Amino acid sequence: MLAGILSFVFTGYQPLNAGYDTMANKDPQSAPLQIEANGSSLLANCWSCGDMRAMHFCNACGHLQPPVPTDYFSFFGLPRKLNVDTAALEKNFYTLSRKLHPDRYSIGNSDEKEWSLEKTSQLNDAYRTLRDPISRSEYLLKLEGVHFEEQSKAATEAARTSGKDKKQVIPPDLLEEVFELNMQLEEARANKKLGEADEDLARDLQSTKSTLEAKYDGLMNELKEYWNQWDAVINRAETGEDVAADRKRTLDSMLDLLNRRTYVRNLVREVNEVLEV
Amino acid sequence: MASERVVGIDLGTTNSLVGFMEGDHPVIIPGEDGSNLLPSVAALAPDNQIVVGNGARTHLIETPDHAVYSVKRLMGRGLEDVQDELKLFPFRLADDLATGEVLRIKLGDNTFTPPEISAYILRQLKRNAERFFGGPVKQAVITVPAYFNDAQRQATKDAGRIAGLDVLRLVNEPTAAALAYGLDKKKNGTVAVYDFGGGTFDISILKLQEGIFEVIATNGDTHLGGDDIDNLLIAIALDDIQGDLGVDVRRNGEAVQRIRKAVIEAKIALSANDSAKLDVELPGGQHYQREITRVMFEQMIKPIIERTIGPSKQALKDAGLTPAQIDEVVLVGGSTRIPLVRQLVKDLFQREPHTELNPDEVVALGAAVQANILAGGSIATQDMLLLDVTPLSLGIEALGGVTAKIIHRNSTIPASATEHFTTGVEGQTSVAIHVVQGERELAKDCRSLARFDLKGIPPMPAGLPRIEVKFLIDANGILHVSAREQRSGKAAEIQVQPSYGLTDDQVENMIIESFDYAEQDFAERQVIEARNEAETILSALEKGRSNPAWQELSAQERTNIEKMEHALREVMAGNDYRAIRTAIDALNQGTMRLAELMMDTAVASALRGKTMQETNVGEGPSAPHPIGKAEFD
Repeated sequence: MLAGILSFVFTGYQPLNAGYDTMANKDPQSAPLQIEANGSSLLANCWSCGDMRAMHFCNACGHLQPPVPTDYFSFFGLPRKLNVDTAALEKNFYTLSRKLHPDRYSIGNSDEKEWSLEKTSQLNDAYRTLRDPISRSEYLLKLEGVHFEEQSKAATEAARTSGKDKKQVIPPDLLEEVFELNMQLEEARANKKLGEADEDLARDLQSTKSTLEAKYDGLMNELKEYWNQWDAVINRAETGEDVAADRKRTLDSMLDLLNRRTYVRNLVREVNEVLEV
Repeated sequence: MASERVVGIDLGTTNSLVGFMEGDHPVIIPGEDGSNLLPSVAALAPDNQIVVGNGARTHLIETPDHAVYSVKRLMGRGLEDVQDELKLFPFRLADDLATGEVLRIKLGDNTFTPPEISAYILRQLKRNAERFFGGPVKQAVITVPAYFNDAQRQATKDAGRIAGLDVLRLVNEPTAAALAYGLDKKKNGTVAVYDFGGGTFDISILKLQEGIFEVIATNGDTHLGGDDIDNLLIAIALDDIQGDLGVDVRRNGEAVQRIRKAVIEAKIALSANDSAKLDVELPGGQHYQREITRVMFEQMIKPIIERTIGPSKQALKDAGLTPAQIDEVVLVGGSTRIPLVRQLVKDLFQREPHTELNPDEVVALGAAVQANILAGGSIATQDMLLLDVTPLSLGIEALGGVTAKIIHRNSTIPASATEHFTTGVEGQTSVAIHVVQGERELAKDCRSLARFDLKGIPPMPAGLPRIEVKFLIDANGILHVSAREQRSGKAAEIQVQPSYGLTDDQVENMIIESFDYAEQDFAERQVIEARNEAETILSALEKGRSNPAWQELSAQERTNIEKMEHALREVMAGNDYRAIRTAIDALNQGTMRLAELMMDTAVASALRGKTMQETNVGEGPSAPHPIGKAEFD
């Protein structure tokens, strides 16, 4: 059968929270930051009163506007920066929900009903992605055309899809620990199978786990430093400065960090599984 | 205005209710018998008419093979899903069911799908509401268990359509309950709703902020409820009867239903008393008698009740909260009357749960609130907005049969995901996608929602087509899919084959059959009411003729009145209630002067010291128009 379930494959990276975005059909390397921060380049006139419309509602008559392809930052009228005031984001989310939600368009114009559904799904997808520091960072990388490799969730999905083993690159600063840990884990698993308890081993694993968790927390702080770097790059770009090199360097550092983070997280999970009674 | 009359319906496993927002408070609309609860029981009566509610309950005992209850358990499910239910419930399925086909239940010799049976219950609620309003009801909000999957939601929506209702929204039951509770409180904080009903268990955790009810996490079990307790007690009784009395009545439908009725009564009594007595008359006149103490009862049901702990803890974990961080706990569903359940909730959340609102009614009250919000809101609801989540992750089957999740559980809805697909073989013009719902790693362990065929892909080398498929879960928790081939820009054609559920054509047919029937019902009642009014005005006219005022009218005036009277008598024989009403209004207008003259006569008589009765007006002197339609009613 030609059209069986086996005949389709995923193409490239799909983030778990992929929304309706414009970058999907662009060549990411050649066209970063095509959308203006306020999305104004995509806007036409209000369908209801003919005025130049704002992002979601007409400035003049207040009518809901049709959805336009936009990135999540623009949806909230935010610059493409990583330091986000999540309290303000939540407030904005609630304000927009009150106005955009399908509950408000349950009776009436069927076009507006359709747009409300579409726009609220954009709003929810955008909020979900931007409020979480990790998914926000991953989303930015994707917007900037950076492809995830190795330990990313996407690679996991891709490996599943292709049936291949996931390529595991051990972060250099963890090489020694991982080597040691893997031996311990193997021993612990064997013990578990036999129903034996090795208290010394368990204690060692517990302490390795603490080390890893500390490292994991440290990575979060490191990520925030890259956020600052990135935001500075954006500020400089706004003044017309050529920041291409710094931009790439920051993105690469962030990607590397997110990969390390995922790797550490997986290690912690493995230790937890072994330690579980 | 009438078209905006939106009611809220709780279509429950055991009972169903309909509510409406009256002013700033939701109320339950009672049935003809004055009861707020309509038992979710349907039966085929000997005259081949479907009866529901208490009327059907009698049939359940007398002709159990013509009746069905707890049909909600079968909504949106396939034959292979319901094997466990079939062991416990006296569902009689059609013999010729194929795998994947929508179930059909036998009532006597006829068969009905679960949405059709639910539609009969909905239609009764619709009638109750129409009687209450004295006008048609066409739009409704219907509640569903939060943990209902796409197929179960779709089946509920289909039932609404078959009943002639435009289902504006499906609302999750625990969320509806939170709305009912939150209406008065207007507080900010975190609320856990523990909803343990007749057939389903839901737990939802919400954040309340300035009127926004944001669900953070939900979990549950769509096959866990009071029914399970009943079935356990029935099984114990049947064992007892065989052991003590030496008879096996398992195959005797009537005896089983008598036992069921008795154990339910005992279960209810045990929420208030320390013991309850069972006394069931068996075929042959023997009696099964037994006393159950609350201690024994609690021991028996503990394992069932404890099945609510897992989902509750998972919901807390998903919400990232500890029990101490929950500000309020709300109890919903009849099974939360059981003291042991209350104790369990208290232990679980370390606080006393709210029970101010009747646990049987709170969901319908909340549905009425949401109905009001959708109808445009009122002062009481204008700041209220419900943000619900999808209870189950949405995934697609990828290579090797694994599930690739595209929308995670507890995502706020509406939610969407865009995926890209391509072909694997040169010249391939269609691609099949299998969509599933659930948390399991393998697609076969998840719930199959639908198989989509993307067709009409332009022939291209393998891997070149780029088909963008957009998955959108709407505010009802129902999935919509659209696709586009990006290189050609063509909208790809999608053929949807729902894995379980009625096709649009099937639903359309059922609507045509039953919607007509429901409309006819309403029209008939309208005709009867119009005729009654016509009788009233005609008898008033008779009285007017014997009044001295009649003689004061000109000959022309009298002829005109007689013409209109004749016209009314003519249309009264017909079935057009609108024509009857038009004729009534005409006669009412035409007799205006007669009424005035009668009034003068009445006043004059009163001045002469005559009694009102003698003037034969029949109304007090203040009555503006004794013949006309009673406008002061």
